[in-house]
Amino acid sequence: MTYILKPKLHHPALPTNALGLTRRDYEGRVSTLCAGCGHDSISAAIIAACFELEIEPHRLAKMSGIGCSSKTPDYFLGQSHGFNTVHGRMPSVLTGANLANRDLIYLGVSGDGDSASIGLGQFAHSVRRGVNMCYIVENNGVYGLTKGQFSATSDKGSKSKRGVENTESGIDLVALALQLGATYVGRSFSGDKEQLVPLIKGGLSHHGPAILDVISPCVAFNNHAGSTKSFDYVREHNEAVNRLDVILGRAPITATYAPGEIHEVAQHDGSVLRLRKLHEAYDPTDRIAAANYLQERHALGEIVTGLLFVDPDATDLHDRLGTVAAPLNSLEGFALTPGAAALERINAGLR
Amino acid sequence: MPADTLSETSMTAPTPLAAVNDFVVKFANVNGSGSASANGLFAKAIIRMGVPVAARNIFPSNIQGLPTWYEVRVSEAGHLGRRGGVDLAVPLNPQTWDDDVREIVPGGYLFYDSTKPMPADKFREDVHVVGVPLTAICNAAYTLPRERQLFKNIAYVGALSHLIGIEPAVVETALAEEFASKPKLIGANIRAFNLGRDWAAENLSPLGLRLRRADAVGDRIFVEGNNAAALGAVYGGATVCAWYPITPSTSLAEAFTGYCEDLRTDPDGGGRYAIVQAEDEIASIGIVVGAGWNGARAFTCTSGPGISLMNEFIGLSYFAEIPAVIFDVQRGGPSTGMPTRTQQSDLLIAAYASHGDTKHVLLLPADPGECFEMGAQAFDLADRLQTTVFVMLDLDIGMQEWLVAPFKWDDERRIDRGKVMAAADLESGMAFGRYTDVDGDGICYRTYPGSHASRGAYFTRGTSRNRLAGYSERGVDYQDNMQRLLAKFATAARLVPGPVSRPARQPTKTGAIYFGSTTPAMHEALEMLEADGRHLDAMRVRGFPFSQEVYDFIRAHDQVFVVEQNRDAQLRTLIVTEGDIDPAKLVPVLHYDGAPITARFLIEAIGGRMAVTQTVRTVRTDASSRVNP
Repeated sequence: MTYILKPKLHHPALPTNALGLTRRDYEGRVSTLCAGCGHDSISAAIIAACFELEIEPHRLAKMSGIGCSSKTPDYFLGQSHGFNTVHGRMPSVLTGANLANRDLIYLGVSGDGDSASIGLGQFAHSVRRGVNMCYIVENNGVYGLTKGQFSATSDKGSKSKRGVENTESGIDLVALALQLGATYVGRSFSGDKEQLVPLIKGGLSHHGPAILDVISPCVAFNNHAGSTKSFDYVREHNEAVNRLDVILGRAPITATYAPGEIHEVAQHDGSVLRLRKLHEAYDPTDRIAAANYLQERHALGEIVTGLLFVDPDATDLHDRLGTVAAPLNSLEGFALTPGAAALERINAGLR
Repeated sequence: MPADTLSETSMTAPTPLAAVNDFVVKFANVNGSGSASANGLFAKAIIRMGVPVAARNIFPSNIQGLPTWYEVRVSEAGHLGRRGGVDLAVPLNPQTWDDDVREIVPGGYLFYDSTKPMPADKFREDVHVVGVPLTAICNAAYTLPRERQLFKNIAYVGALSHLIGIEPAVVETALAEEFASKPKLIGANIRAFNLGRDWAAENLSPLGLRLRRADAVGDRIFVEGNNAAALGAVYGGATVCAWYPITPSTSLAEAFTGYCEDLRTDPDGGGRYAIVQAEDEIASIGIVVGAGWNGARAFTCTSGPGISLMNEFIGLSYFAEIPAVIFDVQRGGPSTGMPTRTQQSDLLIAAYASHGDTKHVLLLPADPGECFEMGAQAFDLADRLQTTVFVMLDLDIGMQEWLVAPFKWDDERRIDRGKVMAAADLESGMAFGRYTDVDGDGICYRTYPGSHASRGAYFTRGTSRNRLAGYSERGVDYQDNMQRLLAKFATAARLVPGPVSRPARQPTKTGAIYFGSTTPAMHEALEMLEADGRHLDAMRVRGFPFSQEVYDFIRAHDQVFVVEQNRDAQLRTLIVTEGDIDPAKLVPVLHYDGAPITARFLIEAIGGRMAVTQTVRTVRTDASSRVNP
């Protein structure tokens, strides 16, 4: 099996961020995915987002389940701890990691099989629990490593590479996330980096469960006519509701889109999400309206993308549990062990 | 028909049992009728008289209506296992009357509510019948149906207090403590107690079973194993608990919650702990593995069905080498199968949980005292060995109150986090290879995420990796790793609690191995067998992998009984498999009807054989245990 270390040499004029790191410092190993895979574009978007956000790589933990998408954390952020867990169970492992140390950033990477089929339960419960994470579903509607079976996000009527029609209803993870109480919900397309990078930046800086459903065509098994997850189909049916900039107390990152009406959402931590409206009436802070809009557009065959919902006053699991500010994995001595005198009192109560 | 009349006419009855501070009382009640607190009061009062008691609540998977029993073993000598047989039955549940009466030993006593006449064939001639019109007494004294029901329970405790000699003062003190926050109830309960006691004093003579104040309890505490294990987890430094409700383990998580609220809350209200009731056992163990990976001490508590669901993650913990602690409170099988009965039937699934070549560390506490100690120790072992450590309780230990020595803690003791490279170690230039065995004990150094900006990061996976945690599907890398994991398991055998020997008073070539909740019944049986001239060396195992001492013990004997509470001789299988022991040498002694093993069963099973190959208890319709060759 080929497993190539990527050379660390880079052009001396490569720009650096405030930490003095170049984009290359956010890379990982050479991808082993198929040439042209949408997932590699998402990895590149994650690298760009972390570089632009000036995240110290070791302060981010990258977690995944099993599948093509779940292999990708090895291909970005080589200086971060990573954990390739078991199929469909990344959310619980991420939850535990987050409970142990609330100071790190948690990036969960999963696929549609991993999150909507075997892992639908863990996806749902981690969202409703309010785990502070950026959870990216690299959604191609198909099982790649096992050669092309439908996944649970395949649309009813979509055709497999062999021409078989999917007869089961597709699961819309964005609609589910809205219902389950996710406080940052977006959908994007691996082929639209300008939309995707800011969405990831917003998700990484959001304080609460941030769910990003990223349609990511599988060039090997799901990029043919009749598929609703092909590059051509997604480009034709993509209906973006807004374009996002994330401002973290610094100069806004300039987007190349023509300015429309601006909708600014100030989040609890001081970051500002600047949304350029593409649909006049769309209000991304209205959960119910967002859910309705999604359903209406879905009925028309459109794929709604953009930042679909954000709760600027989001809380997370730690807030709800009332844990101390210090990471639990940093506690020592009497902070953990109440001591012999306390034990004597307990003994007295048991006589 | 008044019961005492019937007692007087039982001319064929054998001599009434006579014993002081050594007998068995069994209550039969209806679940949800409020009997539990009255029965608990009965047990506590005896302890307060300085007489040791073991109380076992045998309950159904039900909220209201099904039968429930409460068996109290009174033993000044300190035999706190189940003895077998009932000396004084208190059957207050018509549903189970026939079975309850059948269990009484000849010469024993039957205490019952004589308000309504019972046909003569509902009694036994070889049992002494004591009737108290409990319903009539309470109906006369109370008008509200709920009061009539609840106070009837306290009234029978009052009547029994006269019959066997419970001091009323200890009952009054216990009631005052129990209802300290609701003082009105103290007087009401004392009144009900006296209703029963006064009626009995006027109408009945005391029984041959007597209580006499003693000094045999000492400073011991009366506590459930789940409570003790939860406290052990607090003292062991656990900060993350993820769990899913399942009988009989639920009270462990609930006790941990209570202790954390009391002992781990900052003045500003911040909790130095995080407890998540997960959506299932898979998520529970996933959360534990995530927290362990990230350097927090984490555990889950469950029972057999939960272990089944957790298998894949337990394997990941083994191969990815992540600390995790699982308290398994063992019960009967899946679905509705005997969830409220005790067994030791998860040994094999725990020891070899998950696909692939895996073996896991088990700790085998014998009582709540060891649940506390091993509950704390499990976290040090999990960190040192970077793997899953099981603490194997069962329902009998976990959910019953046991009289044990008070918990002890040494304030000098420090948490042992095992081999962790911190930022300073990495900064000083120490070489880091996540799966490189630098010390020769099979245990490698790990780093916590977020420790150092440029050193120590690694990618965690299952088995496809090399010594530096790089992705590898090469056979040589896989085998190298698997061999190292075996070396680590050998290290574990030196770290787990060693066996406890109980040598016979005379040299013997016969031995017995046992563990866990079998212990008190086994000790009683060994004493009785010894008094009868039958000598066995005994060994209690406390951990898996077994230390060399266990195999040496077997080699030193011609025949070794392996006593356990399951059908398939699981401990025996582990010994045979791991120690390459000749199975013919190990004679299984098996008890698995869901009730805790009894001393009388063991005396018959071990004492009555010597050359039989297998001994099992068959469930019979009569009371005693039978040995089948």
